[in-house]
Amino acid sequence: MLSRAQNLLARTGRGTAASVAELGYQSSLFAQSIVWICAGAWRRQPVRLHQVVNQMTVTGLQAVPIVAVLAFVIGLMLAMQGIHTLRAFGAESQVVVGIAFAITREFAPLITGILVAGRSGSALAAQVGSMRISQEIDALRVLGVHPVRYLVAPPLLAMLVMLPCLAILADVLGLLGGGLLCKLELQMSLRSYFERVREVLEMGDVLQGVLKSLLFAVIVTLVGVSNGFAVRGGAEGVGRATTRAVVQSISYIIVADMLFTFFLNR
Amino acid sequence: MSHAAEVIRVRDLVTHYGDTEILHGVNFSVRAGEVMVIMGGSGSGKSTLLRHLLGLEEPTGGTIEILGQDITQLSASAMYALRKRIGVSFQGGALFNSMTVAENAEFPLREHTDLDSQTIRIMSRIKLELVNLGGKDHLYPAELSGGMIKRAALARAVAMDPRLLFFDEPSAGLDPVVAAELDELILRLRDALQITIVLVTHELESAFGIADRITVLDAGHILISDTVDAVRNSDSERVQSLLHRRAGSGVLDGAAYLQRLTR
Ligand SMILES: Nc1ncnc2c1ncn2[C@@H]1O[C@H](COP(=O)(O)OP(=O)(O)O)[C@@H](O)[C@H]1O
Ligand SMILES: [Mg+2]
Repeated sequence: MLSRAQNLLARTGRGTAASVAELGYQSSLFAQSIVWICAGAWRRQPVRLHQVVNQMTVTGLQAVPIVAVLAFVIGLMLAMQGIHTLRAFGAESQVVVGIAFAITREFAPLITGILVAGRSGSALAAQVGSMRISQEIDALRVLGVHPVRYLVAPPLLAMLVMLPCLAILADVLGLLGGGLLCKLELQMSLRSYFERVREVLEMGDVLQGVLKSLLFAVIVTLVGVSNGFAVRGGAEGVGRATTRAVVQSISYIIVADMLFTFFLNR
Repeated sequence: MSHAAEVIRVRDLVTHYGDTEILHGVNFSVRAGEVMVIMGGSGSGKSTLLRHLLGLEEPTGGTIEILGQDITQLSASAMYALRKRIGVSFQGGALFNSMTVAENAEFPLREHTDLDSQTIRIMSRIKLELVNLGGKDHLYPAELSGGMIKRAALARAVAMDPRLLFFDEPSAGLDPVVAAELDELILRLRDALQITIVLVTHELESAFGIADRITVLDAGHILISDTVDAVRNSDSERVQSLLHRRAGSGVLDGAAYLQRLTR
């Protein structure tokens, strides 16, 4: 009995130590990428612009349609819920306040982060993982090309640029979705809806969402590549790493979102 | 030959994977311009030794001098400079799968030189012609045969005209005819580019065919490191049994065997 408890304790301890080590590894990858982005050219190993542009196209531009559609639907959904709830108090028209805050501070960055984690975080893990098992990463190193400079810095830079853009796009489409429902349900004109939105929203609310999306960009990239670098044992390992990258980055995103909201709104 | 002509000098190299000691104090050297073959059975530590020579792993003890510099002490920037003078062809080729053969062969030049695209293209085509891959440069690695992959990897490895070329298991997974062609190609490259070659293999025939000297590795120890003739005529029983592919480790260590079973 005692030994079983000890066993459990030991396993928990090992698990915790491993998680801390992994977080440390991800932080060090982040620090290295920043150094490469800032000082790569000076070391005569610049981060290649064409790689960054490629990544921006794949993770950013190609995600535009899906981000737009989902943000719009979430706007609709928020408006429905809000109107339904507020009707009990006869305060339906106040729904605009709720939509404006919820979209810009929470839902736009969150839905963007989760979508990009699913689309691009998984792709990064798969790409880096399969390069690892085919020894392409060793090949990079012996060719004198630092893997972090070549494989981590470009997607990180691309995500740091594209995620805020996608989040702002989601702001606009989400608010539009909410507005359309208000027009249908409350006979409120779109013009007066957006005027009300402008009244209640401050720059800080939008900025809060943008800051979150920057944080999510870092999470998605680093969780993706670190799971890729950790791949052991063939194609099956790549599959496992891909799944793990998605689950882990979405979990990190949600927890980080909560902490961020907590500390910014005290 | 004098000491100065040694391009690799390994002293007392000890390495571990986790808690397991793999190489137990390895000493050997490679002279400029020769083909040194590192030979040994599967699991003897050949790839481990190679990975340490390439600076891909950190040894637990000993020194590794490559082209006059101890890579166990080298700064990142000095290692970076050194790597431009070394070419490597991995066992599976390790070509970049997302790039064509041409892009693979051009990659080192694009990363390390300021040459314009046209010059880079011509220089890498010369190397592709050298390994008989002219006209195949638009193909992706997935579209190549095993022999072509190894030749493309070779073209990429010599793109920067290295002083030193490492080659892991060139003939593994190839049929004998293709393997023999590859051996010939390696010798031709050595003569054309004046490189020192370190080649790891478990194929006896290939080893004796192209080596100037042979280092025989066995369970993490070096049995002998000498000329082809000296190795062939060695009176070490272990070397002879490896050369004639006789089975295993001779006497069974009963206690160790039992311990492994009951661990
Ligand atoms: N990454 C690794 N982790 C742990 N042990 C390893 C690793 N790579 C090789 N080994 C062990 O090291 C020993 C030597 O392996 P290796 O150098 O690959 O031999 P060879 O290339 O001669 O077949 C083997 O016992 C092998 O199991
Ligand atoms: Mg091997």
